[in-house]
Amino acid sequence: MNAAAQPTISTRRGEFLAGMRATLPLILGAIPFGIIYGAFGVGSGLSPAATLGMSLFVFAGSAQFIAAGLVAQDSGVVLIVLTTFVVNLRHALYSASLAPFVKHLPQRWLLPLGFWLTDETYAVVITHYTQPDGSPYKHWYQFGSSLFMYVGWQVWTLIGIIAGQQPGLAKLGLDFAMSVTFIGIVVPLLVNRPMVACALVAGVTALLTYALPNKMGLMVSAVAAIAAGLIMENVITPRRQRAPAVTSEQEAAP
Amino acid sequence: MTGSELLMIVGMTVVTFGVRYPVLALVGRLQLPQPVIRALRYVPVAVLTAIIVPELLIRDGSWQVNPSNAYLVAGIVSALISWRTKNLLLTIVVGMGVFLLWRAITGA
Repeated sequence: MNAAAQPTISTRRGEFLAGMRATLPLILGAIPFGIIYGAFGVGSGLSPAATLGMSLFVFAGSAQFIAAGLVAQDSGVVLIVLTTFVVNLRHALYSASLAPFVKHLPQRWLLPLGFWLTDETYAVVITHYTQPDGSPYKHWYQFGSSLFMYVGWQVWTLIGIIAGQQPGLAKLGLDFAMSVTFIGIVVPLLVNRPMVACALVAGVTALLTYALPNKMGLMVSAVAAIAAGLIMENVITPRRQRAPAVTSEQEAAP
Repeated sequence: MTGSELLMIVGMTVVTFGVRYPVLALVGRLQLPQPVIRALRYVPVAVLTAIIVPELLIRDGSWQVNPSNAYLVAGIVSALISWRTKNLLLTIVVGMGVFLLWRAITGA
């Protein structure tokens, strides 16, 4: 394969549409997730307006789900807001990772792109930003992905609110949609031993800390897993320097 | 919408936007140290794995490590498909299919 064979998208419209296309698989995961959220929201005692309002203004699926669960347990507003903060802290890390690629943009771009940042859009756009094709309109790619996710999320929420009158929908287990989406994002990232170590520590720590209140276990696990990845990186790097010809990690790829 | 619902949504909006936007807008204008950039590469794997694993293994507050747990079975199948194909769409479609089928078979 030579470099010239790769198509270079260099128009705003092309980037916008490519961003939407790349997000399509994640929309498929978000459809059942959003419908279940809408149904679960009204089932938890939230008004339909508040259930939709959360999708419109908060726009963070896993946090919305957890908030609806806390409403069902009659938790106070302060606890719900604090939990949302903890659950969404990972977005600060996503933002920091994307920031170098958007630092040239004016506020009228940064405000909506920041507001619309989700796991799904991050997963799609970070791969695109890091491709060295030199396109100057990659923020349009993120715009396409973000807008698609946002508009879709409102529609799925509405369908869920309407369908929420049907008893038993929340028991169908469609929340697996979130898990399968995240699995499809994570597994291809496990390309070397530090990444695998990171995933193993994240999984084990998340199980051990599961009982901690307000999803604090999530943050503890994330920090432990990042540390594990960095430590593994430091452990294997000197060995590589001694024998630079060995690239055994590549052979694992199919 | 009640007053406390409004308060909750305003609060959630402020904290969520507050972790997304400022970092995106400010960090790009400062030079991030190399160790921070290295650490950030592990963030998606760390956070998403920590969300997924308990979802698959712990149901309704107790461990469900057995073949009648459709979340676990479909999760393993999805991971294998993703590993072999790296195709996100295929992973989601087949994973959801296996999940619904397994639930129907085991009657859970």
